[in-house]
Amino acid sequence: MAEAQDLQKLAEREYEFGFVTDIETDSAPPGLSEDTIRMISNKKDEPEWLLDWRLRAYKRWLTLEDPAWAKVKHPPINYQDIIYYSAPKPKKQLESLDEVDPEILRAYEKLGIPLLEQKRLAGVAVDAVFDSVSVATTFKAELEKQGILFCSFSEAVKNHPDLIQKYLGSVVPYADNFYAALNSAVFTDGSFAYIPEGVRCPMELSTYFRINAANTGQFERTLLVADKGAYVSYLEGCTAPMRDENQLHAAVVELVALEDAEIKYSTIQNWYPGDKNGKGGIYNFVTKRGKCAGARSKISWTQVETGSAITWKYPSCILQGDDSVGEFYSVALTANHQQADTGTKMIHIGKNTSSTIISKGISAGHGDNTYRGLVRMQKGADGARNYSQCDSLLLGDQCGAHTFPYLEVQNSTATVEHEATTSKIGEDQLFYCQQRGISEEDAISLIVNGFCKQVFRELPMEFAVEANNLLSLSLEGSVG
Amino acid sequence: MTTPILEIQDLHARAGERDVLQGIELTVAPGEVHAIMGPNGSGKSTLANVLAGRPSVDVTHGKVLYRGADLLGMAPEQRAREGVFLAFQYPVEIPGITNMYFAKAALNAVRAHRGEKELDAFDFLSLAREKMKLVEMDEALMNRAINEGFSGGEKKRNEILQMAILEPTLAVLDETDSGLDIDALRIVANGVNSLRSADRSMVLITHYQRLLDYIVPDVVHVLSSGRIVRSGGKELALELEEKGYGWLEEAAAG
Repeated sequence: MAEAQDLQKLAEREYEFGFVTDIETDSAPPGLSEDTIRMISNKKDEPEWLLDWRLRAYKRWLTLEDPAWAKVKHPPINYQDIIYYSAPKPKKQLESLDEVDPEILRAYEKLGIPLLEQKRLAGVAVDAVFDSVSVATTFKAELEKQGILFCSFSEAVKNHPDLIQKYLGSVVPYADNFYAALNSAVFTDGSFAYIPEGVRCPMELSTYFRINAANTGQFERTLLVADKGAYVSYLEGCTAPMRDENQLHAAVVELVALEDAEIKYSTIQNWYPGDKNGKGGIYNFVTKRGKCAGARSKISWTQVETGSAITWKYPSCILQGDDSVGEFYSVALTANHQQADTGTKMIHIGKNTSSTIISKGISAGHGDNTYRGLVRMQKGADGARNYSQCDSLLLGDQCGAHTFPYLEVQNSTATVEHEATTSKIGEDQLFYCQQRGISEEDAISLIVNGFCKQVFRELPMEFAVEANNLLSLSLEGSVG
Repeated sequence: MTTPILEIQDLHARAGERDVLQGIELTVAPGEVHAIMGPNGSGKSTLANVLAGRPSVDVTHGKVLYRGADLLGMAPEQRAREGVFLAFQYPVEIPGITNMYFAKAALNAVRAHRGEKELDAFDFLSLAREKMKLVEMDEALMNRAINEGFSGGEKKRNEILQMAILEPTLAVLDETDSGLDIDALRIVANGVNSLRSADRSMVLITHYQRLLDYIVPDVVHVLSSGRIVRSGGKELALELEEKGYGWLEEAAAG
């Protein structure tokens, strides 16, 4: 049947960003021990307190086990086979962007992320993280004029140790879970941003993560702090070369919003998903959590997850401040043999806190897509409200979609609403579009984009376009 | 002699397990409006679906020529781009995509096929506004998701609007009158009549004579058990109205 063949092709879409950049790297030997951690800390010239924190995390990690509750399958990971530190080898200390290895700049150009500021369309400041190390941050000086700090995590440790010490681990403690503990022990770099009181960040801040080296894990940390009344919109993007081995990406993202502050965090995740037989690809095991610490603060997560062999990720909000707001908008696409177990946790602590969850799962090929979400209304959360909507779209009959909503309500004045639907792209819908002259491929893309509309409209404009293109690209070649 | 718009020769088709069409013969000249009437299950909608290329219907025998070319060899979207339009009996809902965006995508697909420049949103809007008047369509409906939450009448008007925008050479209207009240029927019929022209042919598929009071056909055919059993002028429809389909079916059997 024509439709089944087309869907199969769709499910076997190719990965566009699979190239490898040939640069010299400074890598540690594989394996994890206290010595590895001391080596990383030493390489980064870190203060004693940070090394101690890493070692505490490591000791805790040794007592933990890989979480087994997610609805994903993979062979056991040998953590001694992974390289925990790999950095592009700089010829000398970098003074400016001009001194970044041109091969790295070219790699980013290829990805459509030009780092040379004069070439950028105005409006986005980028921090580029290449194999765990931040190689360039654009628009830094301009942001500093408003007191906004935006730099690599390592720089922040050096230049703003007070802020790092205050907030590091304040939302995701190192003992939080297996991967968070691992990250805390071995993280190499990442992004840091601080928006001072009352400042509205005038441009999108963006971090672009790239895994290049083989057999390495990428362990970065992102920490964003929006002080009272501040606003920031932040975007992260990610890609990796095509390799036959699975690579581990275990990041931690912490957001802190103080009184009346707002953080909008958008992700377009396009790590290498593996080939059509399920070989290779990134294991994306990420802990992301935001704390609405102050009254009337707001944290909004928007994610478009199209990559990775396995995604294990639950961007969450702790709604501590009264009247604070948490949002989670997600599109997760699993094709070929991709697996995703993703969702969110909304922990309502403060009074009149509210949260919205909109999750759109698309499964194609042998893809397996799970929404897992927790809404907890704690005792003191008088008048708290949650609305959840989880929709699944199936393409073909080999894929799966699952929804696991957990609700814990300890306050009788709280309101929780949950809606869920599962649908298939209907032959009727495709035929209707075709009868109007629209090709089957464009019709699938149209229907899928329509399905994701509620989430895409939450993305900053230019990234909504990128997300649209990414999905369309993923659907390309669906017609013979 | 001018080439007919549509020539159907000894067409047999299966839908599911059933041989629904069993030797259809039909020729439609440019500018003509043909009505195809018949009882439920006679194969009217199957015929419409064969012409549009719905994958679930299998043609087992016969030929269909569209302006002299083999229609059955074309993919559904190619037929559409060549000017074959089907007004659906049950228009489909597609969430998240506005009616306006969809109609523009459809028109631009057709224009690209003809080698014409694609219309931008601005030009398309003025064109669409012009056409909306034909079917007394409210602009608010254009900014809603395709057919989502539309009433029966709104869906059918939307079909005729799309037809007006795409300006097909052959329009097949599959029970466009079903489920319409008298006011909606009048609006839809006015829209269709305004699209009649010397180079556009139409095939109206209907169960009831009522539609033909508003859209007066050149030829009326009666379909029974997958065959055209009788053809005539518009007065044939009136005769059917009076006598029902039974006498024709008996005549065909005998």
